[in-house]
Amino acid sequence: MLYFSKIKIITVLIITLVLIYFSLSNLFKFDDNFIKNKINLGLDLQGGSYLLLEIDNQPIISQTLQIKLIDLKKIFNDKSIKAKNFLIENNKIFFESDVSSVDQVREILENKESDINPYFEKFKSYQYNVENNNNYFSIYLSEYGIVLLNTSSLDQAVEIVRRRVDETGTNEPNILKRGNNRILVELPGLDDPARIKSLLGKTANLTFQFVSSNENDSFGTEILKFDNNLDQAIVSKRIILNGDNLIDAKPRMDTQNNQTIVSFTLDRVGSKKFAKATTENVGKQLAIILDGKIISAPSIREPIVGGSGQISGDFTFQSATDLALLLRSGALPAPMNIIEERSVGPDLGKDSIKAGIISLIVGFGLVVLFMFYKYRVFGLIANLTLITNLFLLTGILTLFGATLTLPGIAGIILTVGMAVDANVLIFERIKEEIYNENNQMVAFDNGYIKSRTAIIDANITTLIAAVILFLMGSGPIKGFSVTLGIGIVTTLFSVYFIARLLSSIYVKSNKDKEKII
Amino acid sequence: MGKIKFNRYYKHFGYISAILIIISLCFLFFKGLNYGVDFKGGTLIEIRIETSEHSVSKVRDVFSKTNLPNLTVKNFGNDKDYIIKFQKQNLNDPEFIGNLKNIVSKSFPNINFRRVENVGPKISSELLKSGIIAISLSLAAMLFYIWIRFEWQFSLGAIIALFHDIIITLGIFSFLSLEINLSIVAAVLTIVGYSMNDTVVIFDRVRDNLRKYIDLNIFDLSNQSINETLSRTILTSVTTLLALLSIFFLGGEILRGFSFAMILGVIIGTYSSIYIANPILVKLKVDHYTVVKKEEEEKN
Repeated sequence: MLYFSKIKIITVLIITLVLIYFSLSNLFKFDDNFIKNKINLGLDLQGGSYLLLEIDNQPIISQTLQIKLIDLKKIFNDKSIKAKNFLIENNKIFFESDVSSVDQVREILENKESDINPYFEKFKSYQYNVENNNNYFSIYLSEYGIVLLNTSSLDQAVEIVRRRVDETGTNEPNILKRGNNRILVELPGLDDPARIKSLLGKTANLTFQFVSSNENDSFGTEILKFDNNLDQAIVSKRIILNGDNLIDAKPRMDTQNNQTIVSFTLDRVGSKKFAKATTENVGKQLAIILDGKIISAPSIREPIVGGSGQISGDFTFQSATDLALLLRSGALPAPMNIIEERSVGPDLGKDSIKAGIISLIVGFGLVVLFMFYKYRVFGLIANLTLITNLFLLTGILTLFGATLTLPGIAGIILTVGMAVDANVLIFERIKEEIYNENNQMVAFDNGYIKSRTAIIDANITTLIAAVILFLMGSGPIKGFSVTLGIGIVTTLFSVYFIARLLSSIYVKSNKDKEKII
Repeated sequence: MGKIKFNRYYKHFGYISAILIIISLCFLFFKGLNYGVDFKGGTLIEIRIETSEHSVSKVRDVFSKTNLPNLTVKNFGNDKDYIIKFQKQNLNDPEFIGNLKNIVSKSFPNINFRRVENVGPKISSELLKSGIIAISLSLAAMLFYIWIRFEWQFSLGAIIALFHDIIITLGIFSFLSLEINLSIVAAVLTIVGYSMNDTVVIFDRVRDNLRKYIDLNIFDLSNQSINETLSRTILTSVTTLLALLSIFFLGGEILRGFSFAMILGVIIGTYSSIYIANPILVKLKVDHYTVVKKEEEEKN
């Protein structure tokens, strides 16, 4: 056991030196391209905000069913199938067909080639489940249909969230999908996320609809409130134009009356639609509606054909900027709720770093002194191993570009305390062996061999705890489990390669010493 | 080194542990745990007031102007820092914290909002669930690991010792009304790992000795094994405690609960490896043939 092949020594040495280099690269800026990764500080250490958003997909489900209902009616009409009592309730479409056409309806709904209810061979599932009790039908989104809907709305929402956050100029935001309807937003350095929250809280669904005095509007009418929550107006349900046709929006100062306005530019299709509608309806009031609230409802004085327009309202410069930003980045597919928010100010972060480092130094110092007091020369070996272990640990963290949190620092300190365990086990075993064995070299060998199962079992159990923490934990806890887990691996490496190498060198050169440990 | 007769007190400490577990369970059952915002939902704000005159009651008065349900105010670490907690479930109002800041800074001009945590009811119940699952899962995984590496008797002993540690640690948290948050779950899991670690080292020696001595009974054999590993047990506990104490005293207020739980866990875990795990082996009448028979079977 005390013999090391040269190749082994060189390999260990190289791994150790490379990792030490990695860990030092966090402190000193090495001028090279060898290692680009760095240990990142978690939000709790550098300050910043963490927001967890949940998409409320109910509106999309309702909308999807509405559209499906229209399609169904159309297809029944085309095939002269008599169906009545259409109803959407609890996310299900209900209807009643003629008794004679039950089979025909089922055939339409279960036709794998048709678009009315797409079939996904890969998932062995239709988009909609169809149930019927005689001629009473109910149709609802299948499990896979829901997954599909969630995924597509999540994809869209992440894109919109990213655009909105990027537009605010936040430094290195981190935007990630979580599960099938959640988005995690991390904003380093931003300790007051109020503006981002208000930007992300809006769906930003922009529509242009005419104010309608005519109760018999063929599209139907709805009563909507103005942005100030006081006034209201009746508007036609006909949507002239929506935000999808917008290509740009900017806040601007109206030089005539010194008001802040938002000017927008439309794409080609939008320009045409807008020109047609405004030409035909000069004199009418056009309501500009954002998320179901009327921002303003100016009268059309002349046709707007240039493909650009402006929105006036009760804007401050900030609110106009935000509105322009929302319009530029597009509408969210569905409303989102903030379900978790954590923000840490920069000075608390600094305090935490300071406290973490001080406790690491003190904890480390105490352990080192204790080991030296207890084992002298072997204490030194254990301590040298411990220092190398710390470098290896930080080196690996650097290699993975891991994020260091305050609990992560606690994990490192705990590793310091527990890492000596393996060496203690070995040294204590060696002492026992020397008691029974005259040949110190043999005793050393035996010490290492006999303590091995205990060390491995003991470390694997802690590793199990760390892995489960990593899999189940969130945020800061994950940071703790990462340092604890990697700490166990580096501990085993440093104990079995570095400490053993050092002690074998020492033992070989002090063979004849009376009491070696 | 002289032998300590640990086994002489197996019974006594068995009773003491049983009583402690019953008391802990009573506390957990009747008083319950003091869940933080992570698990209960609600809002936590940490503030620092630098210059203006302040006290817990004054801070409470200022905050209660805004009608916050279940408002609590506590000093945090030093007398400049306060933790304010209340139940507020709607997180969507982006103005809320801003308005609160405006109101509060009228009374305390030099106020610094150091931390704001806002956890919705859905997330808090999910976090609690995943915390419980994590702890149960790690217990199951360790049970399984020990079962593979040792005999079932050892596995049972280790797992009872683990339950003992977790129940008493949580019992003390309930007794002292200390807050249970995410980091306490991490602490409990680490305690599980540490206590297991400790138990495994002694069990490893017990197994060794069982192979070596055919006729030594488990009562004396466990005592001998505890003694042989005692210096390691003490050394490792001391170094771990040194590290933990330095986190406890110097690591700042945020890590205090975590390090306190860990310190309790290390002490209880070390104790239980000796006085819970081993007596169970004695009770289960483990002997030479328990470990040797199986190994011979495996050879054939």
